[in-house]
Order: sequence, then C-alpha cells, then structure tokens
Amino acid sequence: MTASPRDRTDAPPRLALSHISKSFPGVKANEDISLSVRPGEIHALLGENGAGKSTLVKIIYGVQQADAGTIAWNGDIVSIPSPKAARRLGIGMVFQHFSLFDAMTVIENIALGLDEAVDRDELKARVAKVLESYSLPLDPEREVHTLSVGERQRIEIVRCLLQKPKLLIMDEPTSVLTPQEVERLFETLRQIASEGCSILYISHKLHEIKALCDTATILRGGKVVAACDPKVETTRRMAELMIGADLKQIEGAHGGKVGSSRLTASSLSMPGEPPFGTNLKEVSFEARAGEILGIAGVAGNGQAELLTALSGERLAASPAMIQLDGKPVGCAGAGQRRAAGLACVPEERNGHAAVPDFSLAENAVLTARYRLPLAPQGFIRLGAVRRFAQAVIGRFDVRTTGPAAPARALSGGNLQKFIMGREIGQEPGVLVVSQPTWGVDAGAAAAIRQALVDLAARGSAVVVISQDLDELLELADRLCVINEGRLSAPRAVADLKIEEIGLMMGGIHGAGQAAEVAAHA
Amino acid sequence: MLEWRRRREPSKAMLYLSPLIAIALTMLTGTIVFTAMGYDGLTAVYDFFLLPLLEPQRWPDLGVKAAPLVMIALGLAIGFRANVWNIGAEGQYVMGAIAGTGVALATYDMTGWWILPAMALAGVLGGMAWAAIPALLRTKLQVSEILTSLMLTYVAIQALYYLVRGPWKDPDGFNFPQTRMFTPDQTLPAMTEGSLVHLGIPLALVIAVIAWLVMEKTTAGFAVKVVGLAPAAARHGGFSAERTTWLTLLTGGGLAGLAGLFEAAGPFGQLTPQFPVGYGFTAIIVAFLGRLHPLGIVFGGIVLAATYVGGEVAQTTVKLPQAATGMFQALLLFFLLATNVLITYRIGLKARPA
Repeated sequence: MTASPRDRTDAPPRLALSHISKSFPGVKANEDISLSVRPGEIHALLGENGAGKSTLVKIIYGVQQADAGTIAWNGDIVSIPSPKAARRLGIGMVFQHFSLFDAMTVIENIALGLDEAVDRDELKARVAKVLESYSLPLDPEREVHTLSVGERQRIEIVRCLLQKPKLLIMDEPTSVLTPQEVERLFETLRQIASEGCSILYISHKLHEIKALCDTATILRGGKVVAACDPKVETTRRMAELMIGADLKQIEGAHGGKVGSSRLTASSLSMPGEPPFGTNLKEVSFEARAGEILGIAGVAGNGQAELLTALSGERLAASPAMIQLDGKPVGCAGAGQRRAAGLACVPEERNGHAAVPDFSLAENAVLTARYRLPLAPQGFIRLGAVRRFAQAVIGRFDVRTTGPAAPARALSGGNLQKFIMGREIGQEPGVLVVSQPTWGVDAGAAAAIRQALVDLAARGSAVVVISQDLDELLELADRLCVINEGRLSAPRAVADLKIEEIGLMMGGIHGAGQAAEVAAHA
Repeated sequence: MLEWRRRREPSKAMLYLSPLIAIALTMLTGTIVFTAMGYDGLTAVYDFFLLPLLEPQRWPDLGVKAAPLVMIALGLAIGFRANVWNIGAEGQYVMGAIAGTGVALATYDMTGWWILPAMALAGVLGGMAWAAIPALLRTKLQVSEILTSLMLTYVAIQALYYLVRGPWKDPDGFNFPQTRMFTPDQTLPAMTEGSLVHLGIPLALVIAVIAWLVMEKTTAGFAVKVVGLAPAAARHGGFSAERTTWLTLLTGGGLAGLAGLFEAAGPFGQLTPQFPVGYGFTAIIVAFLGRLHPLGIVFGGIVLAATYVGGEVAQTTVKLPQAATGMFQALLLFFLLATNVLITYRIGLKARPA
C-alpha cells in the first residue's frame, strides 16, 4: 500500500543534516551528526535516553540552534531560527508530551495551535477533510479530558497535517498507546508517507522501527554510530549498537516458588481526585509471596490512583479493603504501611518519589526511616543515613558524586536506580512499583528488572504497574489490566497472547474503539 | 546590552550575598531619596544603619529591639519553609501580651516567683490560640492563612484598644487608656542593674539554636522542609501536611505570643494603645533577610533592630519623620525579594546577533 520511497532517490533529499554539533555547558549533546531523509521516507532516529535525539530534533524544529553544521532543505541551505520558521518550511512535529487544554474541545485546541487565525467554520471544514482523508476517528466537538491518549495524539497529528507538512517529526509516539492504537497510528503514518511527506520517527522500540521504518540512524552519546536498514538488521544487533554493549538477559524470571498472599485488595473503590482523576472501582487482586504481578493499562486509567491507594497516601473507606500479610491496613497511613513492610514507588520521580532539592541522603530518610534505624526517636542519625545512601549508590551503580549530591543533579535513570535501590534495600515484604524503568536506559532497566526478580525470589510479593507490555511480559508471572479504574482478573503470562492484552487494555474507551479495531481487523 | 542568563545551578554564594547586596542597595536608594527631598541623605543612612551598630552605648537598646524580632521571625521562618504563610504575627504578638497581662491583672495583689512564668505560659498560649484560628480554617476549609492571619491582626489590636479603654483601664490612671503598671514579680528582671537588657535577649538566642537543631537534626524539621518543597513527596513519605500546618502555625503563634508578653512585661511594664509597633510585620523581613535560617535570622534581627534604633536617632539629628523607619524597612524587603533573582540568574553581556 505504500508507494515505495525508493522511486524518488534522484530528487534532492527533503532534509540533509551535515556535521551538526551542539554543546551545553559540560555536555556535548550532538557531535558531528550527518543524516539525510528522502521525500516520502520514514526514517527512524534510534537511541537511548540522553543519546542526543531530542536535541537533534529540537534543532531541526528550530527550538534550538546548532553550534556548527548546516541544514539543507530540498537541497537549499536554510537556517531555522524558530518553530514558526520550521512550520513555514513545512516541518511539523508531534511531541511526546501533548500541549492540550483538557477543558477545551478538540477544535478549540486545534485553533489555538495554528500560526494564523482561521475562521471557525472554515477550520471545521478543513479538519473534517483531514479526518476523512486519513479516516481518523475523532469528534471535533468533544472536550479533551474525555478522550483517550490515542485520540489526543490524533489532535496533534491533525494540527500538523493542516499545515500540509513535507516533514513530520514524531517523538516517541507510541509510549502511551495500546497495541491496537499503535497499529492504527502506523497505518496513518504510512498513508502520510505515501503522499510524499517524510517522517522522522524517534523511538527506542526496535520492533516498531522494524515494522514501520525504511532507514534508521542510530545515535549513542551524541554521535551517529550506525545507519542501517531496520528491515534487514536484527533487533538484537540494533539494540547492541544503541547501548554500545551486549544485552543482559534477565535471569530467574517466571516460575519461582509462589507462597501465600502478602498483599490483597478486596473490592477497593475510591473516588479519583478532582477534576480529572479516575475512580477506582471494586479493584480486587492478590499478590503472593515469590511472584511478580503485572498490571498493564494505558496511562490515565487509574494507575496513579491505585498506587496512592496502596501506598497509604490516600486512605480506603474501610480497613479490610487492603490487607498486608493478612492484616487490614486500608485505613493505616503511609508510615504505618511502610513500617509493616509495604514499600511503594510512584511513577513520578521528581517531587513524588524524591525531593529534587534534597540530597540523596535526605531522600533516603524520606521513606527508609520506618524500616531502618535512620531516625530513632525523631533524631536523624546522619552517619547511618549516609552509610545507607552510599550502600544504595554502590549496589545499584548510581552514577553520582555521592550521598550529598542533590537529587535534581542526577539523570532520570540514575535517580530511578537510587529510588528503586532505596526501596529494595529495605527488604520490603511487598513492593508496589509504577513504571519502574520509564525513561531509564536499557542497561539500567535490565539492572532494575533483575533486582525486582531477585526481590520476588527472596519471598517478597512484587506488583509492577507499567504501560510497557514488553516489560510486563518479561517480568510478570501473572498479568491484570486496569481500564477506567477497573482491574481485570489476573491471567498467567505463560498462556497469554499480546493481542488479547491489547483488547483488554483498549476495552472501553469504549465500544468506539472495539468497533474501530474490528473495522481494521 | 545586558541580559539575564539562567544559572545551571542555583548559586550558593548569591544565596548568602544577596541579602548583603539588598542592604547596600537600600542604603544607596535611601541616600538618593532623602537627599532629593532636601535632607542630609548620607547622615540619615549612616544614622539608620551604622550608628546603632558602631556606638556601644546603643547596643542594649539594639538587643531589646532585636529580641522580639528574632523570636517572632524564628517561628515565622519555620512556617515559611513549609509554605505556611503566617502574615499575622503582629496579632499573635498582641494576643500573647493580652493573655499575659490578663494573668498579671488577676495576680495583681499576689507575690511569688511563679507569677512571671505563669504570665509567659499565658503569653505563649494566647499567641497559639490566635494562630489556631487560621490553622483550623486552612486545614478544614482550605481558607488561605495569608488572609485570615492578617485580618485577625486587626481584630487583636481592636481587642487591645477595647481592654485598655474599658475593663482593664487602670483605676488610678487619671482615665488614661492603659492598664496598671506591672508589679516587680510581674516584670522581667534586668540582666544587669539599671539596664534595659532583659531575659528575652539570651532567650531569643537559645531559641534560635534550638530552632536550628530542630530544623537540621529531627524528623519534625525534615517534615517541615519536605512539605514546603514537595507536598506529594511528603505524603509519599508519610508526612502529614495538615499536621505540619498546625504545628508551624502554633509554633509561630506561640513564639510571637511569648515575644509580646516579654515586651509587655519588659520595656512597657503595662499595656497601652501604643503597644503594637509592628514587630510582627517587621519580623517577616527579618525572616527573609536571614534566609529563613535560624542563625541568619539572628543577624537579620540585629539589622532591622538597627533601623528602629537609628530611626529614633535620625528623628533628632536629621529631623527625619518617624515614617522613614517604615520606608527603609519596606525598601529593604523590596530589594531583598528583587535580589533573589541573582540566585538562579546571572547578568551577562548579550551577544550581538550574528
């Protein structure tokens, strides 16, 4: 169905970067990067967090200026001083984090994002035309907070398509989508490319790049380390190029000895925090000693609410709704639950799991003081705190100057390693963790996953809430799906197909989505 | 052209230097403004800021004025660290004095060592009770403590006016609006014979050290800092924001109340309508000048006390109006807040566009 981009190799490249370099104080984000994208080509930009992908696309989109090097657009050298200039050339970008106003409608959000003022009726007609020609299901009059993440992303795509772009940049577009939504997005992207628009596709998910992209440029440490045809190259080889080392396999996952229930939720219901929180509805599960229970789901379906309900940051209506080693703790506070052996790691690192302005040592006090003698009788023992923080840093290979370093000075991955280490280092009976490897590079992610598997092997119950299905399939013994605040019954991972999980995840953004899936099946 | 550039790291040096820069800018602006108004601006600024610090015979007075400022600011700073903005220390200060004076009037014909401690206790409780109202409104009804604490200040002052003109008026006072003079057992003993220096001065220093230990070494101080910096992390770590709001407001109110009682039982020796001199508001400047750090607050208290002492001096030497004290204090707060930007930004030369 795609018109082969290779027919057009005689035309000048749509975009050609040569010798682009960009430094920030203390770090070379891009060093001598050259790449070219042909008209109609889907070009993958592949790399770990911190490899320099974001900086490079910010330069292309005019958000930042290169220190050295040139950008050629359809064969002509251009300067792109601002995103507005980029859009005028015909470059559109869909960011990983959407800039949408929840309380406004789709069409209002689109109007706000345009460079020129467009008459409302005319805009409606143009939006309707784009939606129709790409058969994108989206109601322009719906308010954004009622939409799924996939639908929100479509708003951003429509915004770009209205400008009739010649190059579309997609930054990690699938990180929050269900498998069906991903397939849907790919079809749209293929159609856009077949009409001659080039696509720069940024990701670290290799199977997606294999499925979608014509060429791939792999970045590591700010430099181009390889360019390849992803359809030919193996994923393993691309992963190794990306991380610059051999991939470690997780050892000992699945099939450990499973004991009695350590954490039980029974018909846990809780209203979401206004205005856009998700209500938890009759959530029941059992996490048993020695197992990892995975909770899959698309972002915003009650994961954050479930975590704060389990951690004790918000209390349940009755004590029996949550039981820890058989004892009712539903109305016990976060401190009491920690003392009893329930540790939690929320998704947001900065300002929730850790205080950015505090040192690592102080951040250790934040949650570890209940199970470790860091502050007996309310007096903080600095020596003990520093020793514990140092031990965590050593054991989890946290790259930092030491326990006195402020948390905000650490990269996301390193801070996550510290936070996971802080919790695992307390040997909790139950560990509930949300998005354990979100934004963490592959090497560190493998270390964190191994630590979770080892913790379960020592007899703890581990609950992993994640949007990354690959991660859950790799780690979990049993899997549930959370959808609009409801939790499905658990299924053993061993006899589960990825399409089934996808359907469970999509579930209810309703009937609409099920119909959509059916229509494309 | 000059431009602001964001620092990669907040500057430690500027954290401590910016208050000094603010003081320097205040002195410079003061000189210019008062010279332009036809006063001897240089002498005015010298008398305001330097004379009280340089002439040893003014030090006792300096200490007497610094003590309540430091005591109140210590309590306020703890609240400010937790994002609890008690602006009504003046009211809590007045309420502390009223409560203590209530004990004094009730024990007017008694003697005993216990009377003064009982007055001090009443002072603390009076201040706490007044601060408990904003705490209750904030924790139960989410009403901003900034508004409630500020408005309650004027209620407290009106209560004072009512009492000294009505039920508490000195029966032997020729109808002047004031209470009886306190008896010796109800008055703070002077530290040395015949001087102004009272027990409140060393006590303010002791409280500063205790406040510093609590903030740095205990989980209570840790809780205050976490709640202020990252409320979600505080909840995650099992710290209650509600409890912290209560504790910081009660601490601030209690210390302001104690300072009020010391002022009533010390320099004033009675309650009069002139009792509220704005220490509760000035202490806000002291807290920020001291970077909300207990030991910095001692320094800030001395600087602001100098403006009170210097204001009295400049009234006679350069004939400045009394309102000049307030103007200098306001200038100082203004520059203090303005120079904060230097912690996260630096000034650089703008590169010429290529």
